[in-house]
Amino acid sequence: MKAVVIGCGRVGSAVAQQLAGEGWDVTAVDENEEALARLGSTWNGGFVVGHAMESEILVRAGIESADAAVVATSGDNTNIVVGQVIQKRYGVTCVVVRVLDPRRAEFYAKRGLRTVCPTQTAISYLLDAVRACDIPQPPSSEPVQA
Amino acid sequence: MYLIVAGGGKVGANVASSLLAMGHEVTLVEQRRDRFEALEEKFGPIALHGDATEVHVLERAGINRPPDIVFAVTGDDEDNLVIAQIAKEGYAVPKAIARVNDPRNQQHFDLLGITQTVCATSGILGLVEHEVPQHGLVRLLELRQEGLEVVEMQIAGNSPAAGKRVAGLSLPADVRLVSVTRNGVGEIAVGQTVIRPGDRVIAILKPGLEDSLRRALVG
Repeated sequence: MKAVVIGCGRVGSAVAQQLAGEGWDVTAVDENEEALARLGSTWNGGFVVGHAMESEILVRAGIESADAAVVATSGDNTNIVVGQVIQKRYGVTCVVVRVLDPRRAEFYAKRGLRTVCPTQTAISYLLDAVRACDIPQPPSSEPVQA
Repeated sequence: MYLIVAGGGKVGANVASSLLAMGHEVTLVEQRRDRFEALEEKFGPIALHGDATEVHVLERAGINRPPDIVFAVTGDDEDNLVIAQIAKEGYAVPKAIARVNDPRNQQHFDLLGITQTVCATSGILGLVEHEVPQHGLVRLLELRQEGLEVVEMQIAGNSPAAGKRVAGLSLPADVRLVSVTRNGVGEIAVGQTVIRPGDRVIAILKPGLEDSLRRALVG
C-alpha cells in the first residue's frame, strides 16, 4: 500500500514514520530539503522537495498510484486546496487533511473532505480534563475555631 | 449592488475604488495590520481587518446578506480559491471572481469549480506573444466556458494562404476566419476575401486545432 504525506513537519514526519513502520510504502513531500532530517537516519521511504500545488511534485511523489494521502503542511488553505486536488484529479479516495481552523474544517468536512482539526480536538480534551477534575467542595460556612 | 473585496493590495484597493466610484456598496477585507491601517485612512469604515478565509471574518463583512459578487484578489492563490469556494458553496453568493497569481494554478481553480478567474500574468504573457511575431500564432482571447478561442496570425510571402481566397483554403472543420487586417485596416473575412503577405488574420477555433490552422495558413 502506498501513502503520500504532504508536509514533513512535526506532524507529517511522525505520520510518515508510523505508516512506514506499519508496512506502508511512504513518500514524504516538503518545500524544505532540511525536513528530510525529521524522518531520521534510517528512513528508506521516498522524499520529494517541492510545493504540492505543483502537479509535477505530486506526480513525482507517486500520487497517481497512491492508496492514501495525508496533507499536513503549515497552511490550512494549502492543505484544503491540495487535498481536494488529490481527491478530484488523482482519484485518491483516502485523503486526510489537517485544518487548524475549526470552522473551515467543518465547512470542508460537510463537502466530503476528510478533515482533522487538532484545534477542535484540543478544545474537547481541555473541556473533558476540566470536567474530570476533582474539585473540593467549598468549605462550610461555619466559622473555624482556632 | 453589494460587493465584498477580499485582499487590499494594489489590485483589491483599485477594484474597491472603482466599485465605489460606480456607486456600489463595498466592504474591503485586509489581513495585514499595516496595510489595513492605510486602507482605513483612505476608505474609512468600509475597510475591515481580518483574514477573509476565516468564516467569522466573512460573516462580519456581510457574507450572509449575501453580496452580489465576492472578489477574491489576495496575493495567495490558495486563499483566493478557499474564499471563492466558501462564498459560492457556503453562502450562495451568485458570483465569485478569483485572482490567479501563478498561471500554473489555473488548473486547480478549474478543477474545483471556480470558473471566473483573472490572471494578470497570463495576460502579460499573451501581450509578450503578441509583440513577438515569430511565435506565428497569438492567442487573443480564451472563452473557457464556451470551449473556444480567438487567435491571430501573420501571413508571410511563402505562407500557403498567401494569394488565396478564403473560400479556397482547406481549413479544419472547427475553424472560422473572422477578419483580415491590412495596413492597419480590418475587414470581415468572407469567401471572396483574398489573403496577402503581411496580412494579420484573426480566427475563432476549438482549442487543440492551433497547429493545423497554423499549417494551413502560415506554414
